[in-house]
Amino acid sequence: MKAILTVLGHDTVGILAKISAECANVHGNIIEVTQSVLQEMFAMIMLVDITNLTCTLSEFQERMTEVGRREKLVVHVMHEDIFNSMHRI
Amino acid sequence: MLNTSDILETIQMIQQENLDVRTITMGISLFDCMDNDIENSCIKVYEKITRCAGRLVEVGDALEKKYGVPIINKRVSVTPIAMLVGASGGDPVRYALTLEKAANALGIDLIGGFSALVHKGFSPGDEALIRAIPRALAETTRLCSSVNVGSTKSGINMDAVALLGHTVREAAELTQDNNCVGATKLVIFCNAPEDNPFMAGAFHGPGEPDCVVHVGVSGPGVVRAVLQKVGGGCDLTEVAELIKKTAFKITRVGQLVGTEAALMLGVPFGIVDLSLAPTPAVGDSVAHILEEIGLARCGTHGTTAALALLNDAVKKGGVMASSSVGGLSGAFIPVSEDAGMIAAARSGVLTIDKLEAMTAVCSVGLDMIAVPGDTTAETISAIIADEAAIGMINSKTTAVRVIPAIGHQEGDELEFGGLFGSAPVMPVHRESPAAFISRGGRIPAPLQSLKN
Repeated sequence: MKAILTVLGHDTVGILAKISAECANVHGNIIEVTQSVLQEMFAMIMLVDITNLTCTLSEFQERMTEVGRREKLVVHVMHEDIFNSMHRI
Repeated sequence: MLNTSDILETIQMIQQENLDVRTITMGISLFDCMDNDIENSCIKVYEKITRCAGRLVEVGDALEKKYGVPIINKRVSVTPIAMLVGASGGDPVRYALTLEKAANALGIDLIGGFSALVHKGFSPGDEALIRAIPRALAETTRLCSSVNVGSTKSGINMDAVALLGHTVREAAELTQDNNCVGATKLVIFCNAPEDNPFMAGAFHGPGEPDCVVHVGVSGPGVVRAVLQKVGGGCDLTEVAELIKKTAFKITRVGQLVGTEAALMLGVPFGIVDLSLAPTPAVGDSVAHILEEIGLARCGTHGTTAALALLNDAVKKGGVMASSSVGGLSGAFIPVSEDAGMIAAARSGVLTIDKLEAMTAVCSVGLDMIAVPGDTTAETISAIIADEAAIGMINSKTTAVRVIPAIGHQEGDELEFGGLFGSAPVMPVHRESPAAFISRGGRIPAPLQSLKN
């Protein structure tokens, strides 16, 4: 089971570190990361394996949103199935 | 990994373009609740609905979190209550109050099925239920009611049409102090689908399984945004293609949520209703899609053609995306629930006559239209008859949900709030159809060949 984690906001030091530390805290395994900084706007998409999470997906979402709130970033965590069903036949 | 632009597109659709699952609707059969004692019947109805749909809201909320897609409403539809009234007798309003109580206990948004199917005539219970509709809607807030008065196979029951003109007026009169809201919860159908998840017309048809989950998707804003991006540079073939592809993506969300909801609730998955259902929110309007295609204002010449293209492309994209499509499936054109329609009606460009023509090529019918408070019951019946005739001849579902704005005139506005929006009072023709309506009887079923 995998989730897509997206982070959008102003670029600051240590975004990737804070997000990945929170993932590691609950045993979310980061499989892939793609990120870009465009005119000071930071955009990151992570594919996270959530099979062995020590919490529920819903708690994981709340934790990540909380990190986002602290760092003034918009963080979304969505199950990968929604992307697969919309963009693959 | 998935394509970055695909991921961002999905997030943009949800965050900025109002993509949502409009409703998860659980259909529940009440045949096993029938009893010749209305007291027992109501007890069984309450027990069955609260048992079957006990986890509906919880499951809806969980899926909303899991996939990050808003699920706006959780609803229940039940077997047409007229059938239960036929068995038990008694005051149908008792069933209405039972359904309302169950809806409150479950925390769902709406419950539909205070309905009767009378396209060929009244059976015991039908007429009693229809006569009780105004009171039932005045005494409840979440209950929705519908009546099927015609079908392609059986013609139009004009006695029912005549009766319902009075019912609609009375429903508005009894709720005059609350913006005539009673009439917003009553739909009169021709060729009513038995698996419709959308309100106010949802009921659980007699041919449906015991308990089933349907999903209604939405996303006019997404379609408009796609057309906005390409601008005026592409021809209508390409416009249709773009709409089709977008409808595919929207419907896939519905299919995903529906199958998973059914699994979690332990009931069969019914259908995805792939409708474009607008809301009064900015950017969530079907009228604005038509304007994006190239009309200066929805309602002008060309509107019917643009809507036909839109409706057909939505279906083609949606059918490919789902294993089971049903319900109303198409573009909705409710006036009060669509910011673009409201503006067009206010400016006088969009008239009831034009809306009637539009219903010949799209889903549903004359929907959420406020008419002057002095509109006679016969005129309302005639509006219903016209709309039913379009459905009957064209083998499609049509419906009427008009709201006589008691105490108001053309130019005034009714404010319902929420998903129901606000309705400018639109003019109707003043010449009387009373002699036609008072004839009663039945308009015979139409010929299915020699179609011209």
